Amino acid sequence: MSKAVVRSPIDHGAWPGIAWALRRDLRLALRSKAELGVQLLFYIIVVTLFPLGVGADPTLLRALGPGVLWVAALLASLLSLPRQFAADFADGTLEQIALSAYPLPALISGKILAHWLTTGVPLAVLSPLLALQFGLDGNELVVLAAGLLLGTPTLSLLVAIGAALTLGLRAGGALLALLILPLYVPILIFGAGAVEASRAGLAAGGELSVLGAALLAAAIGAPLASAAAVRIALD
Amino acid sequence: MHLGSINWFKFASPASFFAVAERLARAFAVLAIPLAAAGLWLGLVVAPTDAQQGDAYRIIFIHVPAAWMSMFIYLVMAAWCAVSLTLNARLSAMMAQALAPTGALFTVIALWTGALWGRPAWGTYWAWDARMTSELILLFLYLGYMALRHAIDEPRRADRASAVLALVGAVNVPIIYFSVKWWNTLHQGATVTLTAAPKMASIMLTAMLLMTLAAWFYAIAVVMIRVRAIILERERRTGWAGALAGAVR
Repeated sequence: MSKAVVRSPIDHGAWPGIAWALRRDLRLALRSKAELGVQLLFYIIVVTLFPLGVGADPTLLRALGPGVLWVAALLASLLSLPRQFAADFADGTLEQIALSAYPLPALISGKILAHWLTTGVPLAVLSPLLALQFGLDGNELVVLAAGLLLGTPTLSLLVAIGAALTLGLRAGGALLALLILPLYVPILIFGAGAVEASRAGLAAGGELSVLGAALLAAAIGAPLASAAAVRIALD
Repeated sequence: MHLGSINWFKFASPASFFAVAERLARAFAVLAIPLAAAGLWLGLVVAPTDAQQGDAYRIIFIHVPAAWMSMFIYLVMAAWCAVSLTLNARLSAMMAQALAPTGALFTVIALWTGALWGRPAWGTYWAWDARMTSELILLFLYLGYMALRHAIDEPRRADRASAVLALVGAVNVPIIYFSVKWWNTLHQGATVTLTAAPKMASIMLTAMLLMTLAAWFYAIAVVMIRVRAIILERERRTGWAGALAGAVR
């Protein structure tokens, strides 16, 4: 009992950091529910415009459906970007967050998780309903929702890197799309590919596994890259 | 001379590299011109007409070196970005900045000549072949890198933010390539594949290697010229740059 170790009463590990940021961002998001609704409406409207543009031929729509739903989900996930860091950056909160004793990648992981829960999950839950407009049914709807549930968190992770890199820049929004959309390509290919495979009567397990692998890789790498980018922006 | 006695970090200073870059630019430009002349002569005059493709195949003497350089330069750029992030060296970031436009140029040349070759060979300017698609995405990555640099006014922040982006892109390039390849084979059996390269006559191979070396040396020369401009622009408030400007004036 000779060693007197001074310990902070609060545990500043990674998990409490994630939980803290998650709780905070979820509370903030739920206080502006209208904003969440706008993004979902955007998704619904974009998806609805496609049949009006290409015609209501059922075979054509069934062929286009998976790709349209995925591309619209990508665009909708870009729309919610400013919420991820920009507001916190503008009022100085982000600086305080970066100064806190919690590891910054953990706090950013919490923010990303909150972003996904408030944008990715609603998109994934809503998508089977929209897929009905394209004549997809049965197993394809399950595969679509499963793919979006695995793919949208990866999108949130990639978006975080771009959002952190473009903090406080004039050309923010459009620039971010230019930076992030090329990185989306693999997710789009495997996400839409999974639905396509199940439409052709094949098992979609392979594509879904690749989406899961991409998610795991991004979950490790993206918070570190975003934390580095946030520190660069705050310098 | 003992290796330990060389000051390896001397040329990491923009001021001392400025003079070296001029000599390097001149040397590589002088080397590139005869190599390009020899390569073009071998490729366009000496090499025989291809039995299947006629003379249209000769575009590979530009196309293949450009495609190689476009990928190689991205890797070199990402490597300089890694050095600039880890060692916090300004000159490394300037090198990455100087490489990007040349890399983007080679990517455009590769895509453009590929389309021109594809028309007579495949009957179409564009096919969603895995290589073409990933080359196009590589161009987007270059443009994104340059756009991000351009959007940030403060040079040091631009250096570091674009370095993070280049590294994220470098991790993604192989993933993109394999996913596009996989997508393409799933969607349709490709009518013509680039992967099954025909046996190439040694004269054609020689011409192509000469052109590759020429493209490589050209890239080094141009990047050195551009890095000199970047150094001058960013160091314009330092004493040595002012003295240089005074001497010129």
